[in-house]
Amino acid sequence: MELTALFLALLFATLRLATPLIFAAMGGFMSERSGVVNVALEGFMLSGAFVGAVVGHQFASAWMGWAAALLIGLCVGALYALFVIELKADQIISGMALNLLVMGLIPFITKILYNSTGSTPALLVEDRFRVEPLVMALLLVGVLTFWLYKTRSGLWLLFAGEHPQALLASGVSVRKVRWAAVCASGAFAAWGGASLSLFLASSYSPLMTGGRGFMALAALIFGKWKPVPAFLACLLFAFADAMQIRLQGVRIGEVEIPVQFVQILPYLVTIIALAGFIGKSRSPKALGQEGF
Amino acid sequence: MRRLLGFVIGLVVALLLTLFAGENPWHIFLILTKSAFGSMYDLGLTLSYTTPLIFCGLSVAIAFHAGLFNIGAEGQLTMAVVTAAAVGVLFPEVPFPLAPLVGFSAALLVGAFWGWIAGWLRAYRGSHEVIITIMLNFIAAGLASWFTLKVIPNPHSQNPETALVSANYMFKDYDLIARLFPDTPANASLGFAIVFALLMWIFLWKTTWGFELRAVGSNPEAAHRAGISEKKMQMLAMALAGALAGCVALSEVLGSAGQYRMGFSPDYGFIGIAVALLANNNPLGIIAAAFLMGALHKGASDLDLETSTITRDFSRIIQALIILGVAAQGYWEWMKKKKRRKN
Repeated sequence: MELTALFLALLFATLRLATPLIFAAMGGFMSERSGVVNVALEGFMLSGAFVGAVVGHQFASAWMGWAAALLIGLCVGALYALFVIELKADQIISGMALNLLVMGLIPFITKILYNSTGSTPALLVEDRFRVEPLVMALLLVGVLTFWLYKTRSGLWLLFAGEHPQALLASGVSVRKVRWAAVCASGAFAAWGGASLSLFLASSYSPLMTGGRGFMALAALIFGKWKPVPAFLACLLFAFADAMQIRLQGVRIGEVEIPVQFVQILPYLVTIIALAGFIGKSRSPKALGQEGF
Repeated sequence: MRRLLGFVIGLVVALLLTLFAGENPWHIFLILTKSAFGSMYDLGLTLSYTTPLIFCGLSVAIAFHAGLFNIGAEGQLTMAVVTAAAVGVLFPEVPFPLAPLVGFSAALLVGAFWGWIAGWLRAYRGSHEVIITIMLNFIAAGLASWFTLKVIPNPHSQNPETALVSANYMFKDYDLIARLFPDTPANASLGFAIVFALLMWIFLWKTTWGFELRAVGSNPEAAHRAGISEKKMQMLAMALAGALAGCVALSEVLGSAGQYRMGFSPDYGFIGIAVALLANNNPLGIIAAAFLMGALHKGASDLDLETSTITRDFSRIIQALIILGVAAQGYWEWMKKKKRRKN
C-alpha cells in the first residue's frame, strides 16, 4: 500500500517536473523541424519564466502571467528569427548570444523594477496554477502530432526542414514558414519557463531553468524530432529530476550520498541518453541550412 | 574591419540600453574606460581578466577550427582549477620547481580529459557537442562543489573555497608581472597565455596535425577523401580545447589565489566565445580580443559601485550584443537589398 502511494507520488512529481521540458521540447520541435537549429531555448524559457512571474504577480493572476509569457516568447522568438533568417548569423552562435542577452537583461530589469537583482516577489499560493500547464502541455503534444502529419501547414513545416527547395518550388516561402515556426518556438518555450515560475514555483529566481532548455533539446534529439517520442524522453529526464529531489539526504548505511552527486543525476542521464542511441536518430535534412 | 564595426554596434546598443535605467550612456562609457584603464591597479585587474580570457578564447577557437562548438570551456577550466588546488593541498611536500609543474600538468590532463569526453561522444556516438558540453558544465560544477566543501575545504574560512596550496606551488617570487601590478591578481601567466597563442598559431598553420584539424573543420568531405580521420581530429581538437581552458589553473591557482574559490569565474568560458568570434578564431587576434573583453568586463564590474541602477550583470548584455553584432555578417547584404528595393 505504501509502495503504491510512493509510486503515485513519484509519477505525479515526474509529470509536474516534465511540464517545462515538454513545452520547451515542443518549441524546439517547431524550430528544428523547420530547419532552424535552436540552442536559444534556454533563453526563451528564462524570459518566459521572468515575464510570467512579474506580470502574474502584478495582476495576482497566473493566467495574466501566462499570456505575458506568450507575448514575450513571440518577441524573443522573432528577435532570434531576425538574426538567423534575415541577418544570416550563425545559428548556434546567435542562439548562445541570445541566452547570454536574456541572462543579462533579467537582472538589469529586476534592478529597475524592484531595486534588487534576486528573485521576483512571489504569487500567493492560491493564485498559482494547480495542474493547468500540465494539461496544456499534454494537449500540445497531441495537437502538434495531428497538425504535423494531417494538415497542409504541418507539411509545409516538414518540407521547410527536409526539402526547402521543393517547398519553394510549390510556391510557398520557406522564409515565412521558418519565421512562423521560430516565433511559435519562442512562445512554447516561454510557456515552459512560465510553468516553472507560475506552476512549479511561485516566483522567478535567477537562472531557475538550470539547463532545462538544453535538456529539452536533448529530449527532442533523443525522440528523433517527433512529438510523442520527444514527450517520452522529457518524462525520462523529469523522472531523473524527481529522483534527484527524492534522493537528497538519503543514506546508504552510514554514508550520506553527497547532495552534489544527486543533483548532477539529470545531467548525467541526459548525456547517457544522447550517447546511447546513435544511428536511430536522424535530424531534419536541411537543419542548419541557410539562405532561403 | 566589419568585425570591429559589429563590435562597436554591439557596444553602442548596449550603452543605449542604459537610458532605460535613467543613465547617460556617455557617462557609462566613461566609467567603463576609466575603471578599466584608470590606474595601474585597474589595469592590473583588467590584465588579470585578460589572461583566462585568452586561454578560453583559444579553447573555443581550436574547437571551431575542427568544426566543433566548445561551450564547455567553463566546465573544463573548473575541473582543471580544482585539480590544481587538490594536488597542491594533498601533496604539500613536492619541492619548488617541480611542484608548479606537477600541479599544472595535472590540471592540463584533467581539462583535456573533460574536453575529450565531448569529442569522443561526438566522434563515436554522434552526440551533439553543444548539449554534451553544457551538461558537462553542470556536472563539473557539481563535482567541484562537492570536492571543495567536503574533501578539501578551507579550515580558516566560511567561504566556499578549498584550502590553500602549499607555498612550493606558487611562482610568486619570480613573477615580474605581479611585481609591476602590486595588490592585483595579475601575474606571469599572461606571458604564458601569449606564448600559448603563438604556439597555437604555429600548430594550426605550420604542422600536419594542425592542417588536418583545419581540413576536418573546413571541408570534412575532402578531408575524408584525403584519408584524414575525422574522428581522431575531433577528439584531438576537444582534448586540446579542454587543455587550453585548463590553463586557467595557471593564472588562478598557481599564479594568484592559491586555491579554488567557487564562483571565481565570471563565466570565462562563455566570454571566451565572444573573444574567439571577435578574433575570427585567429590565435594572435585572440590576445587583442581578450584584452578588449577583459577591459569591458572589468569596467562593467565597477558599475555596481559607480552607479545605483546598473549592476555587474550588465557585462553579460555587452558580451551578448557584441557577439550578435559581430555574428550578424548578413547585415551588410540585407542593407544592400533594402537599398535596391528602394531604388
